[in-house]
Amino acid sequence: MGKAEAQPARPLSPHLTIFRPYINMMMSILHRITGAANYFGTLLLAAWLTATASGPDGFMAANAVTASPIGLIILFLYSWSLIHHGLGGIRHFIWDTGRGFELPTIRLMSWATLAGSVTITLIIWFIGLTKWGAFS
Amino acid sequence: MNRYGTPLKRVRGLGSAQAGTEHFWGQRLSAVANLFLVTFLIYSVIQLAGEPLDVVRAYFRSPVVALLAALFAFSSAYHMRLGMQVIIEDYVHANTPKFILLILNTFFAAAVALTSVIAIIKLSLGA
Ligand code: HEM
Repeated sequence: MGKAEAQPARPLSPHLTIFRPYINMMMSILHRITGAANYFGTLLLAAWLTATASGPDGFMAANAVTASPIGLIILFLYSWSLIHHGLGGIRHFIWDTGRGFELPTIRLMSWATLAGSVTITLIIWFIGLTKWGAFS
Repeated sequence: MNRYGTPLKRVRGLGSAQAGTEHFWGQRLSAVANLFLVTFLIYSVIQLAGEPLDVVRAYFRSPVVALLAALFAFSSAYHMRLGMQVIIEDYVHANTPKFILLILNTFFAAAVALTSVIAIIKLSLGA
């Protein structure tokens, strides 16, 4: 298939910059962003496992990083990213069955993904921090 | 390729429903597995939060824990490789950078999964 020799200047349809952001659009983008974040998050898991398996020194170092303010912030965002992406995946499963394509349903599911991921993350951190002894 | 074949032959060879659904299916299958395994990961992190090394070691010595951890390493690597492949194909169109990134994507997924599994095996055997 050869390339067309002369491409006439075609009118372009309005693109990303011109659309008002909709919640379903934001959640679609966020599913991709959290997927990519989870991608690099596996590096953190591998590093923690490797350090822990290397012995007491590695374990102490890994825990010092994890328990530092920046470590905790990254861990918090990573946990939210995993949960948000997981809930977004459930939304995809529903669509895969051919259901849930009505606009109100799409909007509802998009908001539910966001609200659900934030709520679940906060609950999990409350449990985790309690277990860790942060409140006692 | 196949420049001497008829257009019909090319269409038959390249048409959908031959291998095109594998990517989609693999992504969904690993997504379902990840749903359970991420739950297990979060449960594990809460279990181990603030615990000393002895407790962490004892936790990983359970065969079920080691198995689930290794499953997560493989399932997430498989899933994220497929996912990142789509992201690369969506944004990078020039052949050379695209192929380099696709190769790096596979290397990254394999390296991260193997690194994790080796550490999991060491821990489960009592490191
Ligand atoms: C928690 C359970 C998970 C579920 C239910 C899930 C579900 C999904 C689904 C259904 C897709 C395809 C979206 C589409 O077709 O447009 C997807 C894409 C993706 N997932 Fe996951 N996933 C999970 C965990 C993970 C993890 C742990 C990682 C990384 C290690 C990950 C990385 C990705 C990436 C990079 C993409 C591509 C995103 C895109 O194309 O926009 N996912 N996920």
